[in-house]
Amino acid sequence: MTRIPGVARMLTVTWWLQLKMLSASAFNGILQFVWPLFFATTAFLVYRQNGDPAALVYAGLGSAVMGLWSAIATTASGALQRERWHGTLELLVAAPTPFALVLVPITVAMTTIGVYSMGATLLWGWLLFGIVVPVASPVLFVLSLVVSVLAVAMFGFLLSVSVIRYRTAWALGNMLEYPGWLLCGFLVPVTLFPTWVTWISWALPPTWGMEAARQSSAGESPWLALALCVVLGLAYASVATLLSGAVLRSARRHATLALT
Amino acid sequence: MPVIEADDLGRSYVSTTGILRRRRKTVEAVRGVSFEVGEGELFGLLGPNGAGKTTTIKMLMTLLLPTSGHARVLGHDVVAEPREVRRNVGYVFGGDRGLYDRLNARDNLRYFSELYGVRPERQRLRIDELLELVGLRGREDERVEGFSRGMRQRLHIARGLLHDPAVLFLDEPTIGIDPVGARELRTLIGDLKAAGKTVLLTTHYMFEADELCDRIAVIRSGTIVAEGTPAQLKDAVSAGHVLEVEAYGVHPDVVASVRRLAGVRSVSIEEDGQAQRLLVQVDQGVEVAPQVLALLDGTTVGRVVTRQPSLEDAYVELVGTSANGQD
Repeated sequence: MTRIPGVARMLTVTWWLQLKMLSASAFNGILQFVWPLFFATTAFLVYRQNGDPAALVYAGLGSAVMGLWSAIATTASGALQRERWHGTLELLVAAPTPFALVLVPITVAMTTIGVYSMGATLLWGWLLFGIVVPVASPVLFVLSLVVSVLAVAMFGFLLSVSVIRYRTAWALGNMLEYPGWLLCGFLVPVTLFPTWVTWISWALPPTWGMEAARQSSAGESPWLALALCVVLGLAYASVATLLSGAVLRSARRHATLALT
Repeated sequence: MPVIEADDLGRSYVSTTGILRRRRKTVEAVRGVSFEVGEGELFGLLGPNGAGKTTTIKMLMTLLLPTSGHARVLGHDVVAEPREVRRNVGYVFGGDRGLYDRLNARDNLRYFSELYGVRPERQRLRIDELLELVGLRGREDERVEGFSRGMRQRLHIARGLLHDPAVLFLDEPTIGIDPVGARELRTLIGDLKAAGKTVLLTTHYMFEADELCDRIAVIRSGTIVAEGTPAQLKDAVSAGHVLEVEAYGVHPDVVASVRRLAGVRSVSIEEDGQAQRLLVQVDQGVEVAPQVLALLDGTTVGRVVTRQPSLEDAYVELVGTSANGQD
């Protein structure tokens, strides 16, 4: 067995088992089902008021990615907190697998829930509000969504790393949920914000993923936005990987791994 | 070469209190602990709650960085080579936590098999072997949330053995388990030793340490106060005997008076339901039973026994003596 297939298998099996855990609770399942639709419906009802179909399409696409962001921002940072409560965080650290690799399937499992949320929102908008997102370049559109999903997952990875050292850092995800909706341009264009705010928006990978999805939907070239989304996603992943080692060492120094 | 070496190992915790005027408080959990464990040996760390047993094991497991001293496991430094240490050790702790309740037993073991790099072609067989070993065969498809504490503990042990580690750290594995379950676990731990595993066991149950351990280190307030085989530790207090008096309503003044008798080394009281057991450790050749019974005049007295010291007596004397020394 070579190293890469071994790692790929480890990531796949642990991702699947994490997903199994997340979907084991009926209550959690219902919540994950209703939560994104609730906010999407609110957005659709607001945007429907001005009678502009283009605005409704804007909201339809934005709401879909908004659900993805919420699923990851709020739950990825809570994922390691859940490991603390289970008493498994120390066991994950005690495993010989590099801790960054242990974290990836946990974050990706959350992202999978987010992907469901994205699809469900598009379907909900179509069934109840008749919103059909016109897609001029289907391949590029799907590619934009896939890249957005991965980039958001990397952002979630970075958030989850902070919980290793600080046990209340899970609240960070909750704090970022609603500002993220605005800053990433899910509901309103980022160009409406003051310049200093747009700088923050540009530093967030979903902003570019969203831009790429809108551009490919409109038949424009999404490549620059896609490239920026990939670069930012990789940058977040690199920072998270580097940080995970330092943060883990700090947690071992300050004895915070066993704390709940 | 010893499998586990702790050399003057120390760990302190810093905590802060107050909001505006932050005050730092440093607690020395482990103060310069040194010991060695040989290959295939079952070594016990025995001590009361808060003595530093778990902190010591966590430093050896690479989960905590020592604040002083050094430790090596299989020749690997626990600070500089944590990955090499983790590859070769298994860690099992007592209590309800440390498992994924919403997964079944097999999936719990699958998850950790992947993290511990158990080869895919070996995984299924290894999991089946371990389920058989810990007596969970037939229950592997049930969610862990429905397991009793004893079953959870056995699953913990199976998890710790997945990658067939040469060294096992068992941190109070029988805590909170019913007597039958605890006995089964002790048998299992004995089997692991027989299979050639090097085991470091922490416990505060004397009989467990007596039954299982080749050697024991008694730790109190972060310091090792005695080390040796169970027999050696008993011998340390065996130059005498123990007078055990069953009584009802022993007054504290009587205990103080017994303590002042010539030849008495230590006195302790154990509650046993409504009764109490007065345990008097006495120097060799000294007979204090008549004086003790005289002091208990007016108190209902039951069985009176004179016996050889047990490991528990040794432990009480060692811990009590060191406590008095520190106070």
